[in-house]
Amino acid sequence: MDKDKKTTILNLTDEEMVNPGNRACSGCGLGIVYRTALKALGKDTVLAVPPSCLTVLQGLYPVAATKLPCVNVTFASTAAAATGVRAAMRATGRDHLNVVAFAGDGGTGDIGIQALSGACERGEDIIYICYDNEAYMNTGVQRSGTTPKGVMTTTTPIKGKIQHKKDVPSIIAAHGISYVATASAAYPLDLYDKVKKAVSMKGGTRYIHVHTPCPSGWGFAPRYSVKIGKLGVVTGLFDLYEIVNGEFSLTGESAKSVGKERTPVTEYFKTQRRFSGLTQEIIDEMQGIIDDKWAAYTA
Amino acid sequence: MSKEEFCKMISVSEPGPGDGGNTGSWRVRRPVIDLEKCIPAKTGKPACFNCWLYCPDGVVTKTLPPTIDYTYCKGCGICAEECPSGAITMVDEASFIKEEK
Amino acid sequence: MHVIESGNVAAATGVKLARVQVIAAYPITPQTPLTEKLSEFVEGGELPAEYIPVESEHSAMAVCIAASTAGARAFTATSANGLLYMNEQLHWAAGSRLPLVMCVANRGVGAPWTVWNDHQDTISQRDLGWIQLYCADHQQIHDTVLKAFKLAETVSIPVMVCYDGYLLSHTYMPFELPEQEEVDAFLPPFAPTHFLNPEAPRNFNSVTLPDVRPDLHGNTAPGYMEIRKTLQGDLRRSLTEIEAIDEAFGEIFGRSGTPFLEPYCCDDADYVVLCMGSLSYQLHDVIDTLRDEGVKIGVMGLKVYRPFPDAAIREALCGRKRVIVFEKALSYGNQGALYADVKSALYSAETRPAVNNYILGLGGREIKTQHLYDALTESINNEAAIGDEPQWIGLKL
Repeated sequence: MDKDKKTTILNLTDEEMVNPGNRACSGCGLGIVYRTALKALGKDTVLAVPPSCLTVLQGLYPVAATKLPCVNVTFASTAAAATGVRAAMRATGRDHLNVVAFAGDGGTGDIGIQALSGACERGEDIIYICYDNEAYMNTGVQRSGTTPKGVMTTTTPIKGKIQHKKDVPSIIAAHGISYVATASAAYPLDLYDKVKKAVSMKGGTRYIHVHTPCPSGWGFAPRYSVKIGKLGVVTGLFDLYEIVNGEFSLTGESAKSVGKERTPVTEYFKTQRRFSGLTQEIIDEMQGIIDDKWAAYTA
Repeated sequence: MSKEEFCKMISVSEPGPGDGGNTGSWRVRRPVIDLEKCIPAKTGKPACFNCWLYCPDGVVTKTLPPTIDYTYCKGCGICAEECPSGAITMVDEASFIKEEK
Repeated sequence: MHVIESGNVAAATGVKLARVQVIAAYPITPQTPLTEKLSEFVEGGELPAEYIPVESEHSAMAVCIAASTAGARAFTATSANGLLYMNEQLHWAAGSRLPLVMCVANRGVGAPWTVWNDHQDTISQRDLGWIQLYCADHQQIHDTVLKAFKLAETVSIPVMVCYDGYLLSHTYMPFELPEQEEVDAFLPPFAPTHFLNPEAPRNFNSVTLPDVRPDLHGNTAPGYMEIRKTLQGDLRRSLTEIEAIDEAFGEIFGRSGTPFLEPYCCDDADYVVLCMGSLSYQLHDVIDTLRDEGVKIGVMGLKVYRPFPDAAIREALCGRKRVIVFEKALSYGNQGALYADVKSALYSAETRPAVNNYILGLGGREIKTQHLYDALTESINNEAAIGDEPQWIGLKL
């Protein structure tokens, strides 16, 4: 991203698109992600949201926490619903509006991936934002495809998850869409700039995958949501990058980490109760995967 | 019958604050800003505002000095954790109840 | 204009004349030629609509739901397993009170796989809160599509237009194609009261509580139960609208008069056959033969299955000697769904006719005129021998 175009805290708008007093848990990472992304999207936006923690945050009838028009849709249909909103916008002469799907990791990478893949293949003019809190949090912390290996969830209660995290942004990138980015709740300014860039690249499908710490699901005190999100990035476990028309580049904190010594991933693991069952073998395996990935980045 | 006589009830919500009630009541500890330490308050210039940036609930203002809306602040403590000058402390709500009494 | 076309094209031309704005569909036999035709209209510039070639029926209905919520007139079509794959979306569309129109070329449901006609697909979807209309020929398909948009947008309830796969979808018959100006006079542009709009931001289909709850202005907003009761009430009241729209349609197009039941030789009939779809027209020959033999018999084609026109059925059947319900579907483990509904409607009648149930044509099993003749003769002559269990016509093993 162009250096001089970076948003700072001081020039970030103080207009809020999300009302306070919503039902999100205390310290919810999604609160930061949603608030920041909606600042970047602005008023001329229509949202499509499947059942998820965001449904709860957005409020119970007849009160809505969001100041944007939003259609709540079924779990598997988010990207198709966004497609429908866009089609209607074209048909009714309101094509200038942003059409944005906002879904969790299960709604994106598991049950919603068929609709999302279809939308990406067709190149639908939508922005899809996935907040990845790495399990089915709204239903009570069940494992999802994006839950990392070894994590304790309510459906991997004893041994932890056996499989590795599904790399959803890479799957989406394989569709060849114009913009794919990752971001973190702990780096709102980086997220803001990426959503802004997605808005500016109107015309194709744009996808942003946001690592989103969850105090209750991950097992840490709410005050550490940002700290832990940052640790996820500085350990090299979750990288901030963007792929613009096929061009990959690391951004923000991840770009700064190139060539520097990274914090060992175990520092991240030990902050959260969900990793309490990790064996040394899994820790070594995960560190090895991170090291190999970063060796490839620098090669 | 005309169109208006149908579909009189539907789940269509209107934006407003406090869908979850006064979520300030969830708070166990209250963030209190020490204006002596707070960078923008101390210098009288717009600066820092990490508390505003990271607040998941948007209850901190980007003003001189920053203020916190205790009606809705859930007391997560992220602002205290992220304040670079240690200006925000989390104070037990019980002490305020005593005060109020 | 007089044309000779397939049933699918009769539907497609109706959709085009209705000036649909968003179409989303996924291929499934025997509906596919309908959406092929629509994509041809759109690509060829004859229909200024958005055509979304989605990756599943679930997504087809998602596109329609979202497009309609955003303020566009939307349409899809499907059959059998495609319809069932939409299931949760169909409930969603009805609960959201979206005036969608969907054509269903009726087909049997797997397993085992069958691509041929029966009514199990739509009958199994009778409890969604959608309106279900059934067609007996190509003219009815075309007219019903136009009426369906008018109806859906008047009562804010989605409408399914059902017609027999292959028997109607793929056969060619003449029908009258109206002029665009006539259709425009009948069907004004879609103008929803609420839609996705940043100028008046609203959150659609948010979680609704078991109890009522005050809104931001201090008024009591309904709970889930009140919202659902409204849907039921509006569905029942839409029976009146169906009659009114049939009349309004007749004034412009000259075809009207049988909104719920289309009778043939029923005026003095002691025996009345009741069925849905093209079968009612096939039965005309059998009725003629039996009439020649002196049997006072007639047939009624039911055009509206949901909301169930129970009063019209009571009025039409009360005082008859016997009603014979022919069905291409059944509520497995019980009886034919229409049979049960007819009996239920007749329960409060002063003089209740006897009612028999015949199941036929499942998975496209050929319905021979002789079979129909034999069944009716049996029902009329051996009244005592036929109980409440559905009888099966055309079985070979």
